[in-house]
Amino acid sequence: MTDALASSGDLLQDLTPQVLAVLVRRGADFAAAEDAVQEALLEAVRHWPDAMPDDPKAWLIRVAGRKLIDAHRAESTRRLREMRVYQEPESGPTEHADDTLLLLSRCCHPSLSPASAIALTLRAVGGLTTAQIAQAFLVPESTMAQRISRAKRTVSGERFDRPGDVRAVLGVLYLIFNEGFTGDVDLAEEAIRLTRQLAAATDDPEVDGLLAMMLLHHARRRARRTSDGQIVSLADQDRSLWDSAMIANGVEILQGALARESMGQYQAQAAIAALHDDAATAEETDWPQILSWYDELTRFTENPVVVLNRAVAVGAVDGPLAGLAALTSVDAGLPRYDAVAAYLHERAGNVEAAARHYARAADLSSSSLERDHLTKQAARLNARG
Amino acid sequence: MAKYLLLKHYRSDHDIAAQPIPPMDQWQPEDVEAHIAFMQQINEDLRASGEFVDAQGLSPEGTFVRYDGEGRPPVTDGPFAETKDLIAGWWIVDVDSVERAYEIAAHGSSAPGPGGKPINEWIEVRQIMGAPATVTE
Repeated sequence: MTDALASSGDLLQDLTPQVLAVLVRRGADFAAAEDAVQEALLEAVRHWPDAMPDDPKAWLIRVAGRKLIDAHRAESTRRLREMRVYQEPESGPTEHADDTLLLLSRCCHPSLSPASAIALTLRAVGGLTTAQIAQAFLVPESTMAQRISRAKRTVSGERFDRPGDVRAVLGVLYLIFNEGFTGDVDLAEEAIRLTRQLAAATDDPEVDGLLAMMLLHHARRRARRTSDGQIVSLADQDRSLWDSAMIANGVEILQGALARESMGQYQAQAAIAALHDDAATAEETDWPQILSWYDELTRFTENPVVVLNRAVAVGAVDGPLAGLAALTSVDAGLPRYDAVAAYLHERAGNVEAAARHYARAADLSSSSLERDHLTKQAARLNARG
Repeated sequence: MAKYLLLKHYRSDHDIAAQPIPPMDQWQPEDVEAHIAFMQQINEDLRASGEFVDAQGLSPEGTFVRYDGEGRPPVTDGPFAETKDLIAGWWIVDVDSVERAYEIAAHGSSAPGPGGKPINEWIEVRQIMGAPATVTE
């Protein structure tokens, strides 16, 4: 692929959701609009190498709109009256921001299952191919194609010209970031890219909070695994591998969000990540501040995992026995309950109990990497005892 | 969002063995047809719902193999004529919940046998390991 073609590929990836959003906002059926945009992209790949348009976005909107009308004509005349909307004047640049939110909230519609919302978001807004998404999910491409087309049908029902709930969008973006998907495309980076777009389009401190949280975690990516892919826990990470520029960016975004004084769970989570990132060594971690952020966080979410993680902070501030006491209110069946209990027991000097909890945590883990990590902890303690 | 392996067991030690189901080659041809059509329909439905990952059948006879030291041929054992637990095949599905995996397994277990009666074979549901979450603090 030549450089020119490669860069027009990047441009197309950026423009795809914008063009799609314009058509949808003008009232086009979502699935039909997506098909039309795909056809317009093919035209672009064919024609742009010879004659690059001055305004690629307007070009794509024009061509996609024409494809849409062709499709309507071929299909039936039933919707002829709706066509007027596609022939309205081109949108101005200010509408781009609204379009991003509109499209994202459509793809993350609460009627979709998380898996479907993620797939549709990556396809329609992220501009990834079905094959790339299938690879990330480790499912056959035909399965992913079905999942996406079902999702499109689900959200195609109503005309959609007002942005929906931004919380649902944040939940889906968080999942894309957090699920540890593998494959050719780094979905954590894709989540960051999409959240940046959303942050540019909205004035919601929680969107910035989520973006900051992603950056503050993603900055540690090189230290999170050994060269052969095994998990390195936060306390053992080589902090010189952390991406300090990304941390600075995350902190700056977080400060901007906090200054608007509308607290929420993502800002609190970002603050916790920032405090970890700020410590030059694990020993220098400002646990009292982290604990106060966990207290803040419990005001915004009833997620029991927060209580679990708070117990770790309590253990660091008031000692492991206090941490274990904080654990008693948590359901012992939660994922990672035993890992946290093991960690606190080890610090309290209960080697045997710690080993037992690590072994149980390994048994209950749903990830091979995590299981191996926990098994090694149990073996280390058993060999000592 | 997790993947599950749905293992099709034929367990001769279970109470369904009280009314043993004869091998398929002794069923009425239309019952065999109905059974195969049912299984194909499950695969088609899973593809259409975007949950299909894999489906395979296994040949019934297997051999146990193990390492026997440097430079020595592997030790083999079997096939065993009288096995209590025969694994006939599997589905792998990618679903939103373990309840959905159970639902698919139970439907698979209702596949028609002789006379169109459900064969009620046991299907073991096991979660397939995934990637660890990124945010753990």
